[in-house]
Amino acid sequence: MNRALPWAIFAALALVPLLSALGVIPGGYLPLLLGRVMVFALAAMSLDFILGIGGLVSFGHAAPLAIGAYAVAILDANNVQDALVVIPVAVLAAGLFALATGAVALRTRGVNFIMITLAFAQMVYFAAGSLADYGGDDGYTLYSRTTLAGWKVFDGRAFYLTALITLFLAWLFLRMLAASRFGRTLAGIRQNRPRMAAMGFNAYAVELAALVIAAMIAAIAGVLLANEAEFVSPAYAGWARSGDLMVMVILGGVGSLHGAILGALLVVLAQEALGGLTSHWPLVFGPALVLAVLFLRHGIAGIGARRG
Amino acid sequence: MAEALLKVEALSKHFGALRVSDRVDLTLAPATIHAVIGPNGAGKTTLIHQICGTLRPDSGRILLAGEDITRLPPHRRARRGLARSFQITSLLTEMTVLENAMLAVLGVHGSAFAFVRPLAQSGTLRAPALEALDRVGLADRAARLAGSLSHGEKRQLELALALAATPRVMLLDEPLAGAGPEEAARLIGLLATLRDHCAIILVEHDVDAVFRLADAVTVLAQGRVIAHGAPDAVRADPAARAAYLGED
Repeated sequence: MNRALPWAIFAALALVPLLSALGVIPGGYLPLLLGRVMVFALAAMSLDFILGIGGLVSFGHAAPLAIGAYAVAILDANNVQDALVVIPVAVLAAGLFALATGAVALRTRGVNFIMITLAFAQMVYFAAGSLADYGGDDGYTLYSRTTLAGWKVFDGRAFYLTALITLFLAWLFLRMLAASRFGRTLAGIRQNRPRMAAMGFNAYAVELAALVIAAMIAAIAGVLLANEAEFVSPAYAGWARSGDLMVMVILGGVGSLHGAILGALLVVLAQEALGGLTSHWPLVFGPALVLAVLFLRHGIAGIGARRG
Repeated sequence: MAEALLKVEALSKHFGALRVSDRVDLTLAPATIHAVIGPNGAGKTTLIHQICGTLRPDSGRILLAGEDITRLPPHRRARRGLARSFQITSLLTEMTVLENAMLAVLGVHGSAFAFVRPLAQSGTLRAPALEALDRVGLADRAARLAGSLSHGEKRQLELALALAATPRVMLLDEPLAGAGPEEAARLIGLLATLRDHCAIILVEHDVDAVFRLADAVTVLAQGRVIAHGAPDAVRADPAARAAYLGED
């Protein structure tokens, strides 16, 4: 049954705009909210690839997300809004960032790796705050959303479909990677690094490649996020955002990929619902996270699934 | 004697004041089993670590088929034909036995940088992996998770992972550790057949097994080679007897 779960999730997401067009479920707010969920799900899924499959606990995954978002802002300020330029620039910038920072971070393990990835993300945070031409600490509001060769695929209802298709393709891609020689090698390195080295694998190179791939996907999420909010700010790179992404991965089910969608759904909905009731909503959410970690070893995606 | 496959020259390593390797020399001839024995703390495992690259020696050289590998990282030594088993079983416990073996083939004979086709569907990896499993008698366990194997089976898989790489030299660090008498007998039989495929450095506590299998023996004590040569010569060597063999 668990094999069908990701397909069911995507089917449900695809039905939402249809049902709201038919008036079965309320339009407007719900598709908007789910659009946001899918953007974060994309970023969380890319984090799950390195964290869940590679065992690389990056506490700085908001950095490539923010780099993708700032690519949109900086190009927008220079009157470039075509996705055919924006996305390659975002992906390349985040990839180079991951290559440079990963090359250093991967010299460390465990807690040091967590701290150094956090430190690099904070550097992006402060660098973004110093971009006076692009709003500095106050952030930057887009003149206009990104287009795809003139098509307004990041506007209004189309945004939902664009986010859904992107998320679906990313899932197919990461699932393919996870089963490939590369993905299984990465999983092997997580399980037993000395053994993999003794068997001839260059663990460092494999992990670095994984970090770069995940950062590139997060950058695409950043492009979507900037368009969804029509706004970017240094907070996109903040440690709280990195923490949110980790919470999504852990709640959803580490290493499952599609669990990230459920985790993102839960976190965004909780922020909306509980945030509307009280500004102290993390007081409720924190204990819920602790319970989830204690009792749901495989996250929400693992409920009802047999161990295997 | 034919050209040495593996040559260790004046290898030295110390931790603080403790000399764990003190100008160790060792020459491994092709198609032989070369046992390294010695009391606990003699520096046997440290020697293995230096040969496979997980520890860097202070001085001395290690040559694999004439090439200096002293400064290469472990994975590059593995790709040049140096395989090892671990003293404490070290497997990919969340993967199947077959996947363990397929990765062992991939690591040395392939590339991890292939992103499209599933590992599981690779016939070019599967065939040699199954062959290695078959050699150690684990072919019927191929679909099991490595973590769910019995202790003896895990030791067999350790060997299979070394074999799957079709190495020139195997470093076996106490392959009989923790094995019952029956399992040990089976493993000894297996080791005897491996000699024809590659040269083996065997670190082992089971002295009976050592003298049954080995073509050459090096005795270490306090980081130094105190005796080496053919098994019978070493058995008769007074220094070796005093340091180790005489104890039991």
